[in-house]
Amino acid sequence: MEEIRDVVLEYVIEEYLEDEDEEINYETPLISGGIVDSFSMVSLKRFLEAQYKISIPDEKASPEAFDTVNSITALVREFIG
Amino acid sequence: MSFNEKIRAMYVEQIEGIKDAGIFKQERFIHSAQAADIEVEFPAGSSLKKAINMCANNYLGLSSHPEVVKAAHEGLDTRGYGMSSVRFICGTQDIHQELERKVTEFLGTEDTILFPSCMDANAGVFEAILTDEDIMISDRLVHASIIDGIRLCSAMHDTFKHSNMIHLEKKLQLHADKRLKVVITDGVFSMDGDTAKLDEMVALCEKYDAMLFVDDSHATGFIGKTGRGTHEKCGVFGKIDIITTTFGKALGGASGGCVSGRKELVEMCRQKARPYLFSNTIAPVVVSGVLKVLDILFESTERRDKLEKNTAYWRKGLTEAGFVLKDGDTPIVPVMLFNAKLSQNISNDLYDEGIYAIGFFFPVVAKGQARIRTQISAGHEIHHLDKALSAFTKVGKKYDILGKTKQEIIEMYGL
Repeated sequence: MEEIRDVVLEYVIEEYLEDEDEEINYETPLISGGIVDSFSMVSLKRFLEAQYKISIPDEKASPEAFDTVNSITALVREFIG
Repeated sequence: MSFNEKIRAMYVEQIEGIKDAGIFKQERFIHSAQAADIEVEFPAGSSLKKAINMCANNYLGLSSHPEVVKAAHEGLDTRGYGMSSVRFICGTQDIHQELERKVTEFLGTEDTILFPSCMDANAGVFEAILTDEDIMISDRLVHASIIDGIRLCSAMHDTFKHSNMIHLEKKLQLHADKRLKVVITDGVFSMDGDTAKLDEMVALCEKYDAMLFVDDSHATGFIGKTGRGTHEKCGVFGKIDIITTTFGKALGGASGGCVSGRKELVEMCRQKARPYLFSNTIAPVVVSGVLKVLDILFESTERRDKLEKNTAYWRKGLTEAGFVLKDGDTPIVPVMLFNAKLSQNISNDLYDEGIYAIGFFFPVVAKGQARIRTQISAGHEIHHLDKALSAFTKVGKKYDILGKTKQEIIEMYGL
């Protein structure tokens, strides 16, 4: 669990944050906080699917489910089984 | 349903909200033709003021060129005012075809289709050529019209960090399983004036079997040694799969745009692109004007050469005066002020000095990136640029920002 959480956090930092942006943590609101636009969620979803060999149905990939590193981790866990 | 008081109050509140946020846009009325010297009514109702225009997309100074105006008059006389039709019903004249042929030759592509605007070209092209089996990978700073076009298309969409080729390559690897991949970028980015790395992008697209899309609206006519665009400058002329561009900037500045590229993609647009199918043909008067513009550009590079010299002179002058500029060599020269209010104040003070240059701030540019975007034209003479430099210097001194670094300006005025 910890490992997934850190992989997701590292990906979000590398993918979405620019050099001058503030640091984020596991509970930082990503979509509602304007760090990730809902448009860019696709790359995160595809990354998770490739990384963990899972398939997340579109209806499960809601902005709410993708809003924090913790909620994303929970979603991944659900599909890893 | 009537537009009752409750509905009116709702909109009034929204408009007030825009004003409170400091992002209310106000038009300035120009009473002259578009040129380096213009006559402006601002604020509304005030007497006319002569000003030097430093913020038009009139890069080649052709918006009011006598030969272009004459050609437009002739087009009006021989082909009429309007066509009252979309292209495929009864809205295609011989001159529309001629313009498509000439644009194809100018851009070094296989075929071209005209659209009412480049906004329409960008809105229609992706939906016409892609399906939900495909992926669009766009630079994060592409123009708003491209974002609208992407939204209208069922293909998956992803982004890469601005001009970051390592990130782009990762995305091409991530989406390797998609049927078709299109990498999407502006040629010259309109807010920063920087140029896409098209040579590297072509190489990556070849490596990963992706198509390359370039919106060259801020480049066609003057970037590259014969003005053909960013692909010429980057040494990849003939290698771009889809170019969209506008006739509303350097190429006479009236209106209209196009999709130019691989002939099958252009044909798909002719069959399926909704802004082409459901919007009127470009007016004959405009087509005639653009044809003349292209004749002028085929004949000589004099105007783009002058623009290049003007741009170098302007950048050097502003740098020596001590302003912070965005790096680059295009005629888009952003003077960085970082603070939104400062950009508005300086714009107003410049106007008092007879210089028309607009402040840009969030949401047009990122927060803390407020600026005055100056745009140089071949229609500017050295005396225009000298007068503008002297006004910028005077106003810069007033706000004590000359010779100051980004950090120092932010410390003085905040973000």
